[in-house]
Amino acid sequence: MKALAARRRHPAAIAVLILLGLLVTGGAYSFLAPKQAQATSVTADSVATGKKLFLANCASCHGLNAQGTASGPSLVGVGAASVDFQVGTGRMPLAGPAVQAPQNKVKFDEEQISALAAYVATLGPGPAVPDGEYTTPIVPGDEKAAGQSLTNSERIARGGEIFRVNCAMCHNFAGAGGALTRGKYAPALTGVTPTHIYEAMVTGPQSMPVFNDTNITPAGKQEVISYLDAIDNQTNVGGMTLGNLGPVSEGLFAWIFLLGLMIASAVWLGKKAA
Amino acid sequence: MSDIDTTRPESGSELAHHQEQSLDRFENPGLPPHIHRAADDDPAAGKRAEKQVATLFGLSMLATLVFMVAYFAIPDESTFYLPGVGLSKTQNVVLGLSMGFALFFIGIGAVHWAKTLMSDEEIVEERHPQRSDDRSRAAAVATVLDGGANAQLGRRPLILYSLTGALGLFALPFVLQIAGSLGPVNAPEELKENIWDLKNNDGKPIRLMRDPEMTPIKLSDVTNGSVFHVMPETLQKNIDENHGVLEAKAKAAVILIRLEPDLIKVQKQKDWGVDGVVAYSKICTHVGCAVGLYEQTTHHLLCPCHQSTFDLPDDCNVIFGPAKRPLPQLKITVDDAGYLVAPQGFMEPVGPSFWERSR
Amino acid sequence: MSTINDTRPAEALRDGDLGAEQERADVKPLGGIAGWLDDRTGGAKPTSHFLKKVFPDHWSFMLGEIAMYSMIICLLTGVFLTFWYVPSMTQVVYDGSYVPLQGITVSDAYRSTLNISFDIRGGLLIRQIHHWGALIFVVSVFVHMTRVFFTGAFRKPREINWVLGTLLSMLACIEGFAGYSLPDDLLSGTGIRAMNGFVQSIPVVGSYVSYFIFGGAFPGEAIIPRLYSVHVLLLPAVLVGVFTAHILFVVIHKHTQFPGPGRTNNNVVGYPLMPVYMAKAGGFFFIVFGIIALVSAVVSINPIWGYGPYDPSPITAGSQPDWYMGFADGALRLLPGFLEFQTFGFTWSMNIFPGSILLLPLMWGIIGVYPFVESWVTGDKREHHLLDRPRNAPTRAGIGVAGITAYTVLLFASGNDLMAIKLQLSINDLTQLFRLLFFVGPVIAFWLTKRICLSLQRADRQKVLHGRETGTIWRYPDGRFEEIHAPLSPFERWALVQHESPEPLRISAEADENGVASPLARVERVRAKLSHFYFSDRVAPPTPSELEAAHHHGDEVDESHLLTGQHEAIDTSETSDSSSTPRETIKADRKRLT
Repeated sequence: MKALAARRRHPAAIAVLILLGLLVTGGAYSFLAPKQAQATSVTADSVATGKKLFLANCASCHGLNAQGTASGPSLVGVGAASVDFQVGTGRMPLAGPAVQAPQNKVKFDEEQISALAAYVATLGPGPAVPDGEYTTPIVPGDEKAAGQSLTNSERIARGGEIFRVNCAMCHNFAGAGGALTRGKYAPALTGVTPTHIYEAMVTGPQSMPVFNDTNITPAGKQEVISYLDAIDNQTNVGGMTLGNLGPVSEGLFAWIFLLGLMIASAVWLGKKAA
Repeated sequence: MSDIDTTRPESGSELAHHQEQSLDRFENPGLPPHIHRAADDDPAAGKRAEKQVATLFGLSMLATLVFMVAYFAIPDESTFYLPGVGLSKTQNVVLGLSMGFALFFIGIGAVHWAKTLMSDEEIVEERHPQRSDDRSRAAAVATVLDGGANAQLGRRPLILYSLTGALGLFALPFVLQIAGSLGPVNAPEELKENIWDLKNNDGKPIRLMRDPEMTPIKLSDVTNGSVFHVMPETLQKNIDENHGVLEAKAKAAVILIRLEPDLIKVQKQKDWGVDGVVAYSKICTHVGCAVGLYEQTTHHLLCPCHQSTFDLPDDCNVIFGPAKRPLPQLKITVDDAGYLVAPQGFMEPVGPSFWERSR
Repeated sequence: MSTINDTRPAEALRDGDLGAEQERADVKPLGGIAGWLDDRTGGAKPTSHFLKKVFPDHWSFMLGEIAMYSMIICLLTGVFLTFWYVPSMTQVVYDGSYVPLQGITVSDAYRSTLNISFDIRGGLLIRQIHHWGALIFVVSVFVHMTRVFFTGAFRKPREINWVLGTLLSMLACIEGFAGYSLPDDLLSGTGIRAMNGFVQSIPVVGSYVSYFIFGGAFPGEAIIPRLYSVHVLLLPAVLVGVFTAHILFVVIHKHTQFPGPGRTNNNVVGYPLMPVYMAKAGGFFFIVFGIIALVSAVVSINPIWGYGPYDPSPITAGSQPDWYMGFADGALRLLPGFLEFQTFGFTWSMNIFPGSILLLPLMWGIIGVYPFVESWVTGDKREHHLLDRPRNAPTRAGIGVAGITAYTVLLFASGNDLMAIKLQLSINDLTQLFRLLFFVGPVIAFWLTKRICLSLQRADRQKVLHGRETGTIWRYPDGRFEEIHAPLSPFERWALVQHESPEPLRISAEADENGVASPLARVERVRAKLSHFYFSDRVAPPTPSELEAAHHHGDEVDESHLLTGQHEAIDTSETSDSSSTPRETIKADRKRLT
């Protein structure tokens, strides 16, 4: 005990203690946390591959042990979902410093991404990549899924309600995106895969808040995804959407295109015939 | 402006006055020689123009025909892929294009006709000064004066005064009708009311419910970085009765966020929250839009209408934009069942400013 | 192409149509329905007079017609929409054919608008024509206004019509806002929500006015029905009434015309209503309607099904009003929050009130009084039927562009969030930039416009004195190169020399005989200063003697002449007395007045 007492004041002691504490709580959490997430089989092999990829591509910002540096946050506990979202949408690795990581060309193949995700998942417990249960859009119709009181169509409509309350203020009513403060922005949701939307909700990337399962249930998230899928694939009943940006783009169109056509006609009308 | 010495007479000649005034000026050369159009000299060109106009009118009739057929033939659910637009509703596109062309071709047909075949010789119409001549003006004055004298208005002032009074007053009932019946007059009091007030729940603390699901929220549900859009438990009554739902929501919308307790700068803010979980009115203090945009990294709340930015860790003070006042905080605590409740209502009116707000 | 010629073959085609009216009347007496009508109305004479009215040709004279026609189109399609629209805020469950909203509680107004869009054949087309028509209506009203402004068409005797037009443009915007709110979707509901905030910000009576408008607490159940009656009954009636007066005045005054050979202040040169303008203007109605219908077929506007029903809790990113209300929305985005303050516990929302409730009457008020201010400053009380070329009124053009700049800054500020995303800028920086531009922009715009106008006038002068550039370069035996200038024909020249270039008003006496400055003199001093502001920078139109001199002396002499003018003006009155036009002199001398 004397040795322990002597080392109690060692500078590293706090770090060791925190690490121990994290391990215990993390372990406890991973034991107690709902297990729906562990869908993909994690092999020691893929973790090793992931680590290699991590060291080569990510460590310069996130640190050798993903503990975070001045230029990148810690990845301990962000979970596989976060990696799958950030790398799967091409936001990571970051091309250069920016107020916000833009969506980009994806730099890794699916296997590499899942290996990276598997490695980061081993650093600390966090949300896992969702399986297909809640990321498959609901097919509209009058039938009801098991355990649901609403018809499929009504569930999509409810997804719309949840979307408008929780998401539309940043992402716009049609998921066309919107501005945040100081150059940050909420990206467009059109063309984003259901899995990535789900992952964004559970991990809260960048400025986005987290919508955990106690906030919006997995079924609720599925409804939101289904609503987005429905409006993404719906017929353009009125014609060209002008980017679904609301009255600004409509006004611009009226000023430039409509007025332009009419003035052109007026000029033709006032010109002497040959 | 009698102090202006108008060197020119205020008469009909003033129109032309200026141009004659100075000697060293160019003369108006008069209408330029008329230039003929092709159809004026060449019967073939005229015939061609006639054919073109007739063709345009014919195309219009064709488009109308298409509209009539399409109206009955195209089923509601029919869609097709329109380049540049995507999957489009056949009905809207075909009906619109046919109607548009039916109109458009009439238009360009008529204008083309006017331009090519109708006379393009310019016609000169004379203008006359706008003012009436002096005799007419004098006659008008005389008529009015004579009429007034005939009515004896000047001699019998009693009639003049009573008439003025009657005409001045008769509109008042209409004004009163509108002013008195458009809306209630207890506005300043009612604007301060809110269904978060405990009197709406028999004095018991009111639970925070998820919007729109209306399910209660446990403290542990609110993890770091997450945002809950909240309505009071008391709203359920309005929903069940289908009465006053939107009116209640317009003042009751609340946003619930968990912050690291260390981040919170203001003691009141800390005290009114639980373990860093704080609740604020979501109604902008500017003009009342929903301030829903929460940036997890900066802890700013942004209003999408006019970009008022509220700093959450600093008691939602305004750091940018047109709003002046911070968002009002709702005091919350945890009840016996572990759910978040508001033990008191808002301590100030929520939403946009009004005159009597602080009275 | 040939010149005038009596034996034109096409003239023969028209032989039957033309001819003296009297003879025609002998041939074919007025009978049938027309005769029946004339028996009872005596309308034949005014009708034939009206049909012979002459309209000058210019594309910019059609801008007002675009406005008129799009208004008529909105009236027509609006009647259609009233057949199905239900102006009620009763909450119902949507069960129509648009799947992503099925089972949602919505207002009856929203449901009926969805039904028009999805379940009534062609209903969406009519809705889109109505909305696009409304947008282009206000667009063309504004463009028409700028045309009238820059050409000085508002001058005597047309001031009343300018005021009526100003009123029309304001009513058009309010009418548009009322209509935009009717579907009761999330976006327009947010607009009404903001409007409630504006109304509440009115000092003293704000909260009462808000409760009167909404019939109680926001949103209540009254606002949609009330806006409906304002939108389909009250404002259209006023609009059509004022518009009729507007058109009547055009008939009374006869249309203005651009200066040109043969066009004077005493005539109007153009084409008669029957048949040319009947066909042109009538045809143009169909063109405008056709274009709007074609656009409505393929371009979506206000997809209310996407916004969802109104609910105070949700909101969408990019919440903006339709463009014509954008300037007020932009003003609200720019006004800083610190302008709100309290006195004796009463709240003054000066961060809201000036940008909303006050801004509308203020802006249109300034526009409305401009003709009277200008005529006071310039001392010009004559009738004007010839339009100014904008360059020939540089100060007016500068004021106009400055005003448009301020308006545009506000308008663009209302789209600052979308500009931030699309241009990848910070919304905060953009807002600050717009705040700065609102004050600096108009000043720069005024200065720049005035300079450009003066330069254009100078270019006109050059062109008159030295001819048009032909693009042909000659090389002289001595080796120098010169571009050949072709002299202008009198017809080409006239438009460049016909304008007047007034000098500033002068005060003849500043004080009465006792040396006491009269209050009248003070006002007149202001007037003289303003007049100086208007006219001190001036380029006089070239005169025949100058042209003569240019021919005699060659280019060099005149170049130097051009550079001698002070205030960058070419003041011809110094050199040739005969060309100077002494302007009215202000006499503030009281003694002389009495």
